[in-house]
Amino acid sequence: MANFVQQVVAGLGSGAIYAALALALVLIHRATGVINFAQGEMAMFTTYICWTLIANHGWRYWPAFVATLVFAFLLGVGIQRVVIHPVANASLLTIVIMTIGLVLIFNGLAALIWSAEIRAFPSPFPNETWQIGTVSISQQDVGTFAVVLALVAALWAFFQFTKTGLALRASAQNPEASRLVGVRVGWMLAIGWGLAAVLGAVAGMLAAPTLFLDPNMMQATLIYAFAAAVLGGIDSPFGAVAGGILLGVGLNLLGSYVDVVGADLRLPVALLIILVVLLVRPEGLFGKPVQRRV
Amino acid sequence: MKRADGIRVLVFLLVAAGVFLLPRFVSDFRAQQFAYVGIYFIALLGLNLLTGITGQISLGHGAFMLIGGYTTAILISNGPREGEPPLELLGHQFTNDMRDIWTIPLAGLIAGLVGFLFGFPALRLRGIYLALATFAVAVAAPALVRRFDEFTGGGAGINFFDVPGRTKSETITDPITFEQTETQIKILWLQIPSFNEWLYYLCWTLALVFYGLAWLLLRGRLGRSFRAIRDSELAAASSGVNLARYKTLAFGISAFYAGVAGSLLAIATTFVNPETFPITLSIFLLVGVVVGGLGSLWPLVFGAIFIHFMQIEWAQSTERVIPDFLPVLGAIDTDLPGAPAVAFGVVLILIMLVAPGGVAGLIRSARLRLARGYGRAR
Amino acid sequence: MPLLELRGVEARYGPVRALDGVSLAVDEGQIVAVLGANGAGKTTTLRAVSGTVRRGGEIRFDGRPLGRRGPEAMARLGVAHVPEGRGTFGELTVEENLRLGAYTRRGKLDGDIERVSGWFPWIGERLDQPAGTLSGGEQQMLALARALMSRPKLLLLDEPSLGLAPLVTREIFRIVAELNEKEGLTVLVVEQNAAIALEVAAYAYVLEVGKVAVSGTSEELARDESVRRSYLGY
Repeated sequence: MANFVQQVVAGLGSGAIYAALALALVLIHRATGVINFAQGEMAMFTTYICWTLIANHGWRYWPAFVATLVFAFLLGVGIQRVVIHPVANASLLTIVIMTIGLVLIFNGLAALIWSAEIRAFPSPFPNETWQIGTVSISQQDVGTFAVVLALVAALWAFFQFTKTGLALRASAQNPEASRLVGVRVGWMLAIGWGLAAVLGAVAGMLAAPTLFLDPNMMQATLIYAFAAAVLGGIDSPFGAVAGGILLGVGLNLLGSYVDVVGADLRLPVALLIILVVLLVRPEGLFGKPVQRRV
Repeated sequence: MKRADGIRVLVFLLVAAGVFLLPRFVSDFRAQQFAYVGIYFIALLGLNLLTGITGQISLGHGAFMLIGGYTTAILISNGPREGEPPLELLGHQFTNDMRDIWTIPLAGLIAGLVGFLFGFPALRLRGIYLALATFAVAVAAPALVRRFDEFTGGGAGINFFDVPGRTKSETITDPITFEQTETQIKILWLQIPSFNEWLYYLCWTLALVFYGLAWLLLRGRLGRSFRAIRDSELAAASSGVNLARYKTLAFGISAFYAGVAGSLLAIATTFVNPETFPITLSIFLLVGVVVGGLGSLWPLVFGAIFIHFMQIEWAQSTERVIPDFLPVLGAIDTDLPGAPAVAFGVVLILIMLVAPGGVAGLIRSARLRLARGYGRAR
Repeated sequence: MPLLELRGVEARYGPVRALDGVSLAVDEGQIVAVLGANGAGKTTTLRAVSGTVRRGGEIRFDGRPLGRRGPEAMARLGVAHVPEGRGTFGELTVEENLRLGAYTRRGKLDGDIERVSGWFPWIGERLDQPAGTLSGGEQQMLALARALMSRPKLLLLDEPSLGLAPLVTREIFRIVAELNEKEGLTVLVVEQNAAIALEVAAYAYVLEVGKVAVSGTSEELARDESVRRSYLGY
């Protein structure tokens, strides 16, 4: 029983990170119909920014965290405006290749600027556990879950209750009609990319203490995020978050209770989930069925 | 129509002649490089068939190359464990003196079969969903290879440098003068002085053969059906095109090509391990098809060149560029890891912005402009 | 001086020329109708005004030449375009649709929602309903209400009768006429149903293959039998 609770809590921690990155993927997919393969590398790059503020410029953790979020937002907006918008009407393949180009650029840039050396990254949460009877609960996992939950809630409030949030939702659903009421759809999409980059930055900064900082650190996480997004529904923000949590907890429990899986089959299991969901129910658990148009 | 075809065949023969004469004029090292270009060319021909002509995005062709490469490795090396009893499968013993080139068609067939079978579940997926599914396959393949290490040698892979089935030149050291000479590789009546040259001829013979095969396949009903599916599945189906048959066929044929390419890659590098066919290979293949030009055939050579040379040459040429904002960000390293990746990425984005149709697209618009100019001159 | 003036406006979709020199004028406080068969260029005319499609020729709004302004800028100038097919945001609620209508305006909107509910009473009761679940007629009214939220100087109405039963169509045109009478709303309406359009419009233009074939007051056009038969279908 104690192990079960511990695995669940650990799963909530890792699942929160998958959820954040998955939500970023879904946001961009809803807004621009594109899968941003560079989401993980952007997250990694912004995490390096945080690291350099702390390690090389002596900033304290939370100010660096916030500054990184601002940087990430501007980065996301910039990329949408400069790289994605010019090819807005191009084929899916063209845009996919562009995001692949971004993967190379961010990965290379990180190695170029900070070298490929593996580095430690500080965590704002103490590396201790709470003891409740026989159960040890990691403060790191709980803290991670709480931060992501707070961020998701803040985003939800933004989308539901603000004028810009409404305009963003409208732009994603019906760009033409949005233009007619005066919404600058291009900038709305850019804000969407900016918010996605912020989510990625949070995912990166929360994952780095455990994964350690190096240019390739987010690649596995990106795949888990894909699995979470596909599981939850690639067009459903709620699905992305739910999918992430489910995946995190599920993989942990699977690895713990099913011997065949073990630790090194987590990734293939996640990939298997992607394949099975795509084949059986492509819209995921919470998405709307995809309709075929002639 | 007949005369245009006749001209095409003539051009093809001239090009083939040029390809065969090339090693006379270039160094051994360059011959090896061109051999790799040939390997990628074959893989791109296959991927293009699926993605460019039939319109099914695949981010997983590295996995088919992996199947081909590992098939060759296992067949000619008798599996990862030397000195142990030969590999047994369904009662047949694989001894390790199978000649490497005979494994190529087998590698292609097995990869092709897997691709064909993958085509069935893939029938239900389109666009980004298919891309994600094939992406998952490409990531899973190396991981699965690691897991099932009795067959595949796990993380260490299979090294078959010393296997008798390998075509190679021997270095004979004269016991008295200690002079080293390489024996020549004998193929039929030809004597090829080095391994790299032999590799070049092997790869490009197959490349030309498969190019011709692709060209023939696409001229007839097969090509028409593939293109119809790309343009509109619903319209194609209502016109009587059997979607299931042609889509799985497209997957199968393209996987066959990739399997052959993977087999050649294994022969070229003389070993395979999970890192030989990583996810980046699948991604680069897709990039190569787009750079060459989706739906085109011979311009894919440019895509192959792009994939191969960019990875190597940029590593040397970009070291000259030293950004001077590095100290601000706390960097201390002076040799530049990552620079080739950045350059590659920037070039890729620029190509997508400026020439999304790839080299083939540029050729097309150049032709159009020439035709218009010619028309005006008259 | 007319509120809206088109002179020799051209527009094309790729190689197809949809508008081939259209000239028309709308005075402030007027309802003007654009009539014609399918493919005559009626919708394209509205799109040219709202900036949704690229145009050549001259368009003057409120005395100012429009240049290359896109739809976002036109909305800011006070042009509300209710497109063909309504353009409602199906996944958003009725209230959210209305709020979007007033996107270009600042300040509190509750007074405006009340005002608009005055014209369409049922809206006040169904603010939380997803717009996609409304009937066709209700969606058309919602689209109209949304346009009114921005207190537009000019309302562009594209085929309001499309897909609606005759009674519902009558109701919508009745409301448009009342809005014009009571609030002085200037309307440029595109319609295939010429009869009902001529009942509310003061002036009408009949388009044929991208050009103005006939124009005149609605009385003139309605009276002229040859015009009615050749161009208006009744």
